[in-house]
Amino acid sequence: MEISSEFIWLLIGVSLATLIPRVLPMVLFSRINMPGWLLAFLRYVPIAVMTALLAQSVLTEDEAWIPVQDNLNLLALVPTLLAAVLTRSLLITVLTGIGAMFLLQWL
Amino acid sequence: MGERTGERLTFWGGVRDCIPTLLGYWSIGFAAGVVGATEGLNVLEVGLMSTFLYAGSAQFIVAAMVGTGSTIASIIATVFFINLRHLLLSAAVAPYFRQYSAKKNFLLGAQLTDETFGVAISRLSITAEGRDKWMLGLNITAQVNWIVATLIGAWLGMSLANPEQFGLKFALPAMFAGLVVQSLLHRKQLRQDMIVAGSAIVYFVLAFLWFPSHVAVIIAAVAAAITGMAVERWR
Repeated sequence: MEISSEFIWLLIGVSLATLIPRVLPMVLFSRINMPGWLLAFLRYVPIAVMTALLAQSVLTEDEAWIPVQDNLNLLALVPTLLAAVLTRSLLITVLTGIGAMFLLQWL
Repeated sequence: MGERTGERLTFWGGVRDCIPTLLGYWSIGFAAGVVGATEGLNVLEVGLMSTFLYAGSAQFIVAAMVGTGSTIASIIATVFFINLRHLLLSAAVAPYFRQYSAKKNFLLGAQLTDETFGVAISRLSITAEGRDKWMLGLNITAQVNWIVATLIGAWLGMSLANPEQFGLKFALPAMFAGLVVQSLLHRKQLRQDMIVAGSAIVYFVLAFLWFPSHVAVIIAAVAAAITGMAVERWR
């Protein structure tokens, strides 16, 4: 197994980008007080990022739109969302999605 | 009687309190390993990501962006952005670790995740002794299980020839769909969150008309989070 120097830089970069927000408030504890608008913004960040990524992974492939009439992702998304709402389990959601895509590819 | 001062927490108590979350680590970690491998990372690279990055959603994003050939800078920027929420988690547990040294807090904070945060915030009390040892037990148990689960997932993902034919390429969108639905249902503000989620899709579609998709994701996420703030303020 080979590790490229490009991967090492990526690893260092993403690890530091994650480590800093993790440790900073705990190390500085009460000394920093985040302004209210920043807290409000941060509260919406996870859902905003996740939905944007969902849109990207469902609607595009290799930097191009997948034509809507050929887009199996959109069809597979229906049972996937249903499973997510009904079971609230990530594992069952992912398995449902994979199973739906498997069936759609053979139809 | 009645006053619970001096409750003694231990390292092994932290290990035990981690157990209910392990099924979650195994399932997400396994899926993250499979996706990492199908998007082009090898088992060693997945293991290094689980050791040093150690963040489920960020590892999915890294895999997805490596798969689409994004630049290193844009991957780092996206990961930084999505992991900014750790500022909130870290700030929220900080009061429980105020008496410990900066070095100790650095080590305990470095392994903070959504799940360990959830366990810590529901279990810790300011009067209990040994919170540092307990947190370390919780942290180490969680990460060891995470690393093992992602390695197994990656190994399986790599040993399948042509994983697309099994529908495995949809693991990534399915994972994001599950995470979106979970955070929508988890918080008690469905209407505002739905507006944020809906606007993120619209912003992405608009941004992708002019920008590469990984840039469009960042633009859409920032714009959607600002939309959420604005709705909250002017409602």
